[in-house]
Amino acid sequence: MDKDLILLGHGSGGKLSHQLLEQLIIPTLSGTPLAGQNDAALLEHERGRLAFTTDSYVVDPVFFPGGNIGDLAINGTVNDLAMVGAQPLAISVGLILEEGFSRAELAEILAAMRRAADRAGVTIATGDTKVVPRGKADRIFINTSGIGLVPAGLQLGGANARVGDKILINGTIGDHGIAVMSRREGLELETEIHSDCAALNGLTADLLAAEVELIHVLRDPTRGGIATTLKEIALQSRVSITLDEATLPLKAPVRGVCTLLGLDPLYVANEGKVLVVVAATAAERVLERLRRHPLGSDAAIIGEVTADGNGRVEMETMVGGLRAVEMLSGEQLPRIC
Amino acid sequence: MDYADEFRNREIVRGLAARIARLAASLEKPLTFMEVCGTHTMSIYQYGLRSLLPPEVKLISGPGCPVCVTPVGYVDRAVAYARRPGTILATFGDMLRVPGSFSSLMEERARGADVRIVYSTLDAVALAAKHPDRQVVFLGVGFETTAPTIAGSILTAARQDLKNYFVVAAHKTIPVPMQVLSSDPDLGIDGYLCPAHVSTVIGGDAYRFLAEEHGVPCVVTGFEPADILQGLAMLVAQKVECRSTVEIQYRRFVTREGNRQAQKLLAEVFTPTDSAWRGIGVIPESGLAIAEKYAAFDAEKTLPVTVEEPQEATGCLCGEVLKGKAAPCDCPLFGTACTPEEPVGACMVSSEGSCAAAYKYGE
Amino acid sequence: MCLAVPMQVIITDGETLVAEIDGVKRPASLMMLGEPVTVGDYVLIHAGFAIGKLDEDEALETLALMRECLEKGRKE
Repeated sequence: MDKDLILLGHGSGGKLSHQLLEQLIIPTLSGTPLAGQNDAALLEHERGRLAFTTDSYVVDPVFFPGGNIGDLAINGTVNDLAMVGAQPLAISVGLILEEGFSRAELAEILAAMRRAADRAGVTIATGDTKVVPRGKADRIFINTSGIGLVPAGLQLGGANARVGDKILINGTIGDHGIAVMSRREGLELETEIHSDCAALNGLTADLLAAEVELIHVLRDPTRGGIATTLKEIALQSRVSITLDEATLPLKAPVRGVCTLLGLDPLYVANEGKVLVVVAATAAERVLERLRRHPLGSDAAIIGEVTADGNGRVEMETMVGGLRAVEMLSGEQLPRIC
Repeated sequence: MDYADEFRNREIVRGLAARIARLAASLEKPLTFMEVCGTHTMSIYQYGLRSLLPPEVKLISGPGCPVCVTPVGYVDRAVAYARRPGTILATFGDMLRVPGSFSSLMEERARGADVRIVYSTLDAVALAAKHPDRQVVFLGVGFETTAPTIAGSILTAARQDLKNYFVVAAHKTIPVPMQVLSSDPDLGIDGYLCPAHVSTVIGGDAYRFLAEEHGVPCVVTGFEPADILQGLAMLVAQKVECRSTVEIQYRRFVTREGNRQAQKLLAEVFTPTDSAWRGIGVIPESGLAIAEKYAAFDAEKTLPVTVEEPQEATGCLCGEVLKGKAAPCDCPLFGTACTPEEPVGACMVSSEGSCAAAYKYGE
Repeated sequence: MCLAVPMQVIITDGETLVAEIDGVKRPASLMMLGEPVTVGDYVLIHAGFAIGKLDEDEALETLALMRECLEKGRKE
């Protein structure tokens, strides 16, 4: 394989992406917060800790059932802050527009960003706009960076999962990836599948207010799906994880599209979901709390941390067999977020 | 009732696993069955079915992945077509990442070639109709399940009088290679789980020569977990009772004669030919070439390309894995030089390849 | 690559059909199928073509046999 080329798989969130990070990006740009590999970097300051994160959005198509690139751009960055327990303070917005992009569509995207920011209680503080000639960018690319404040004493991180912890999710998997895929492929659906794109900071703040001692990891399973995220956590925490397929919340039409296209919902992107790794004693309480929240009505306990280990993730299948869950190598679905 | 969920029922699967264990208890020696279809390989891994089998019953994967058995030279020709100016290279998704001697279709796409993934061959024909100034070249890879759809696309293109639709034919047929494998004493195959969907087309009788002349039990099996376990139970029962016949487990979709209409399409558009199987070599009468009548749609005849001598990667055990003689973990390159991100052989890249399955589901 | 999915026919005109699974609809060609299909039938769809029609009696019999195994197991 020609090693001089960047391939789509390098942007997919799976193994190729990790390799690019480990072999080129982190060594070249290294600094401790970047190497920590959590959703946001924590910067120590004499006055407390700041969380700082950035993400770029290149989703195709720009408008999809349940939202548009603007919703993703705000909610995605708010969520990365929320996952490290930060209260989001401010977001920056960088727009790269292709010559010829529709002004009306830009207006709609910006309106969505404003609504999402208001709903999340975060300020869009600063920004930049560039336009490039036709053909040099695909309609619109957005970068957002966000800062937030982390309460003292909060210890959340991908390396904190412990044996005996339960793993919860706040709702159905695969909705976003399949919503985008369906629109892209022109699939006709009886009931349209909507992206689950949403800001989770209210939900996570709620959970942390109640159970801060016992919640060990919060992470949002975006590109690469819950399989990739759980694999990351298992590797970072040096544990083994077992999932129970029968408990995975999954909407029927999402399952149908996956069956048709030969996709595995475990690896499909989500944009409004959080994986909660929590001490077993608090699992039922956290489940109740999630279910009471509008973004958690389909919450479920989907697995547990079973042993110390090397990052092995297994799943008991719906028919009672046992299979391993590995990290995906490249793109199952390109340009999903 | 959707005729799918019922065959994924946990209780039913448990009951069937227990039946296999009961039957296997009376065996004198352990048994090795081969499943020949990539869809079976995937289903077995996806549902974790091996963990439900007794130790006396072993399952090995065969060459039932059409992408995996496609020789390196074919990928090189596909790359050559992709580089040809004015060409739209249309293919099923699986072929995209298979490494050729020097490149893959995915790399060519990254370099600017017009490579399009299609879900149906008719989408490729539609591309040709939409772009009369370009040549649409479709990669005809598949077994008897898919070959009729490619035949259908050629007939459709003929009906629409299209002059810019071409197929690079590499279709293969399943029963003949099965006989090659079961004649190999090293493999010790005690029976076959015959493919589900190939059999919908060719019918259960296509395997009779294996069971009756060569003494190898055959059970045509569906791909849902309960189907696979029931099929295995039927195979074990045949061995326990010293029978050797063709049985159809997948009766809801497979008959003894098969799909006559699909067979007619195959007979109209294709002729049997010798075919090269990666890792096995040339097997006579195991492929389907485009018939003379439809030569205008045959890329090899109408749009020839030249390629260098193909280079097989050294150390790659794809051949042995495809024959079931080696497990993926036996290959020295498995998981080290050959990974899904940087595949060396087709078994690792294809969505139905044994190595890809073993890597993803980590046995 | 031999991925085929059983789906239920919701519309057909004799040459093509639209079938549905879990609320997802897909069009398919009937070129490969020699027998007629009607709305409500289950067909096996592969790469945009219907390759077979479900025999409901056989399906029910297969299930019955499978359930029998379960019963036998419970009795022993």
